Amino acid sequence: MSDELAMLAQLFTDFATASLLAIGGGSAALPELHKVVVADTHWLTDQQFKEIYSLGQVAPGPNMTMVAVIGMHVAGWAGALVTLVAFFVPSSLLAVGANRLWRRLEPWPWLEAIRQGLAPVAIGLLIAGVWLLARLAIDGAPTLAIASVATAILLVRRVSPLWLIVAGASVSWLVSG
Amino acid sequence: MSDGSAIAPPSLLRVARVFAVLGTTSFGGGVVAYLRDALVEKERWFDDREFVRLLELSQTLPGLNAVNMAVIAGDQLRGGRGAAVAGLAMLLPGVAFVLGLGALYAPYANAGWMTALLGGAAAAAVGLLLATALRLGRAQFRRPLDLAILLVTAFAVGELRLPLVWVVPVVGAVAIWLYRPRPGATGTQDAQDAGTPP
Repeated sequence: MSDELAMLAQLFTDFATASLLAIGGGSAALPELHKVVVADTHWLTDQQFKEIYSLGQVAPGPNMTMVAVIGMHVAGWAGALVTLVAFFVPSSLLAVGANRLWRRLEPWPWLEAIRQGLAPVAIGLLIAGVWLLARLAIDGAPTLAIASVATAILLVRRVSPLWLIVAGASVSWLVSG
Repeated sequence: MSDGSAIAPPSLLRVARVFAVLGTTSFGGGVVAYLRDALVEKERWFDDREFVRLLELSQTLPGLNAVNMAVIAGDQLRGGRGAAVAGLAMLLPGVAFVLGLGALYAPYANAGWMTALLGGAAAAAVGLLLATALRLGRAQFRRPLDLAILLVTAFAVGELRLPLVWVVPVVGAVAIWLYRPRPGATGTQDAQDAGTPP
């Protein structure tokens, strides 16, 4: 029991940290989440992490609700609740707090420095997320082709990401025979 | 708290409904377009200027843009309870859906067809993320200083696997210092770069 509590506590701390430090949105948190639940603890395999992330891609609403599935795999319903609360509540409180203080923050000269300075950090974290996912997901010519074509299509025109995910899954299934 | 929101504030039920619809119908990177459509065009809770301010704040802060937008908007409309209602309504449909998928997936996790389907989905997701990063980072890729900060961050986290607790504060502090406010300089260079959105 105390083992399980310790595990939930660690899930909470790690997911809250990942969400608060991953400026630049949800996928920027991927390397940290992978480090926590795969590399450091072996709670999930690379394969499971990749597949759970893929499940999240076809869910509606904000990205990264799939943290609930990670929590569920690691520690059941309690785990799902803990990962959700840790990933979404602290950052939401920060957002509301910052907005309420906005009038006082706005004239602060360092605000622009923070915005300018953190923008490339955020993109760097996103690239690290891409890199991690690419290492997990690209394992041969078919997956490389799917990823390249998806990138190219999205850079040229705006299509619904959902259709690309479904198309990628279908192509991969057909190729696998 | 009520600045920017016109006329009488909507009921909590209305807030819940609007964000639950958003949480059910929006997908991936397109959430911002859905948000603007609902909050500015349909409900007229915010004007365009206020929406852009909320969006920029949501993007600068950690956490997901869409969730940040929802709780900030909810807070401006109905205070703390509005924030909680908007955030929950936005997230719960997706959470229920993905948990359902997770339950369906678990028994077949080792089946060949499941591996093939999810492998293809993951590969497409790589393309999605890469395209998003390239699009969001257009301005940063063109400026050598930003490119350097970006590469250091990506290498430290993606390749060296250093924890964010170290990387973000250290690289972030250096980056902010490099962009520190200087007396006399009005930041015209940055204003020009920032002033060319699509």
